[in-house]
Amino acid sequence: MKNRKNMLPSSFQVERRDDGGVILAIQGRMDADRAGDMIRGARALLAQGVPPSLTVDLGEVSYMDDFGSLVLLELREEMESSKGGFYLKNASENIQRVLTVFQFDKARRDVVLAKKPKPNVFERLGGAAIDQANDMRYMVSFLGSVCLALVHVILQPRSLRREETLLTMQKTGFDALPIVGLISMLLGMILAFMSSVQLKQFGADIYVASLVAVAMVRELGPVMTAIIVAGRSGSAFAAEIGTMKVSEEVDALFTMGFDPTRFLVMPKLIAATVMVPLLTMFSDLFSIAGGMLVGVFMLDLTPSAYMNETIRFLELRDIVWSFVKSGVFAMLIVWVGCLRGFQVRGGADSVGQAATSAVVSSLFLIILADSIFAVIRVYWG
Amino acid sequence: MTRNAIIKVRNLTAGYGEDAVILHDVSFDVHEGEIFVILGGSGCGKSTLLKHLIGLIPPMTGEVIIDGDDISRCNEETFHRILQKIGISYQGGALFGSMTLAENVGLPIGEYTDLPPDSMAALIKMKLGLVQLDGFENHLPSEISGGMQKRAGLARAMALNPKILFFDEPSAGLDPVTSAGLDNLIIQLNRNLGTTMVIVTHELASIFAVAHRVIMLDKRVKGIIAEGDPEYLREHSQNRFVKQFFNRRAEA
Repeated sequence: MKNRKNMLPSSFQVERRDDGGVILAIQGRMDADRAGDMIRGARALLAQGVPPSLTVDLGEVSYMDDFGSLVLLELREEMESSKGGFYLKNASENIQRVLTVFQFDKARRDVVLAKKPKPNVFERLGGAAIDQANDMRYMVSFLGSVCLALVHVILQPRSLRREETLLTMQKTGFDALPIVGLISMLLGMILAFMSSVQLKQFGADIYVASLVAVAMVRELGPVMTAIIVAGRSGSAFAAEIGTMKVSEEVDALFTMGFDPTRFLVMPKLIAATVMVPLLTMFSDLFSIAGGMLVGVFMLDLTPSAYMNETIRFLELRDIVWSFVKSGVFAMLIVWVGCLRGFQVRGGADSVGQAATSAVVSSLFLIILADSIFAVIRVYWG
Repeated sequence: MTRNAIIKVRNLTAGYGEDAVILHDVSFDVHEGEIFVILGGSGCGKSTLLKHLIGLIPPMTGEVIIDGDDISRCNEETFHRILQKIGISYQGGALFGSMTLAENVGLPIGEYTDLPPDSMAALIKMKLGLVQLDGFENHLPSEISGGMQKRAGLARAMALNPKILFFDEPSAGLDPVTSAGLDNLIIQLNRNLGTTMVIVTHELASIFAVAHRVIMLDKRVKGIIAEGDPEYLREHSQNRFVKQFFNRRAEA
């Protein structure tokens, strides 16, 4: 008997009566710190064999809260399931009140926390399809409202929030300059270095210059700049509008008679469409400079020869084309960033999702648009 | 009063920098087992004081001693010991949006106790039942109303039955019936578990229903202008601002 008792917590005193009934006297606090041990103790006690009746003596309990009532609940449920009697003894007035407050009489242990029914695979598939369709519809209607707002701003330029536009220009354009410059320069150096390894074999080192210039100005400059802006600003647009949506600021704008699209999207659209082509220009310059560093220090080209070669191969058309592409990329980034922001429902986590989705969607759209541009250019001559 | 002071505030100057001192040289005690209400008009520093009491902002000068430990000048270990003694019910509920109500309430219970899972489920159900949120265990905070979020936040605050419960505007945004229910719950917990309650509010009905003792803050003096039993203050205070507050009169 004694060695079995060692499994029980020291606050449990077990006395077995002649009729087989058990009296369990509990001492001390029955609180959060001790409830876990006591519940395991109660299970161990009843695992030794369920008595015909169990009386719990609470005379020595100094404190009891709902954690304590869980211990009693455990014992009561076990006794009831084997049709044994369960009694409380010497419960002070305070303990009785605690048990009433926590509705001990009604409490059950084997509660199933209400689970929401999980939809089956067809329901989820259908739901996803409907969501996609709604998403597409919203995208188109949002595109329409952006176009309307743009027309409005063009007809009435004074309705544009000028300070906000300038601030966004700074945040999207100027503040991005260091990172765009650095990445482009490194990219130019990588291109020059990688191509020189091949071109050196034919003694055609000088073509490194034209390769870097054409590749960067035609393709990589606009695309890299757009990717950086999507990561920096597209996500910020989505998070900003999403947070405003959550805190009912968008509703407030709407009920004050402002068009949220015009108020929030137009400054960003105009700022980005102006600034991203400029960033692209800097990206082109920095990458050519990067290529020139490799050309001068590793391939023994003179700076003037490098520049001559660069200018000989670059056409004005290339540069204009790269600005046009950048402008379109900028519009796509703003459009999809703001769209994801306006689609936010609920709380903080959906703002995070919106920011992620804004970046992923803009990357996809940038690459898609770039391939369309490539096709157009081929057929256009 | 021979009762033990569980919170001692001594010469507390609180604010956000030299030009933004909100409270100047404030001292008071909260006794163990009482319902203590901090009241005052908007902008008088009630919420700032609360943030100092729970250690979110360190005081500019002075000290806040909770159950024997100075919350602003203690090591990490002591700070965590203090945090286990207190529970905070935030104004908007401050539930974690990605977790269901049951998970929100279960988070501290799972972290600080070693209950078996089925007992924990029963306990969570009990806690949510206490704030009349039976059956909403699997809802996300965004799927229930603001008042319900607030009550769920309360269930989470009292999950471990802390010695001291802090409430920031418990009845703001609640309907009168729910609000009265909440007052009742505060009284019940105080009476039966001996929980010390520190409540920041300006809801008159609720103050008279629950408060054992109040302090009233005022932004003009940047400190306490009245302290004591709310009914006594309403009848006998000579201070113009205290009378205005308790009798709900607009500023002349």
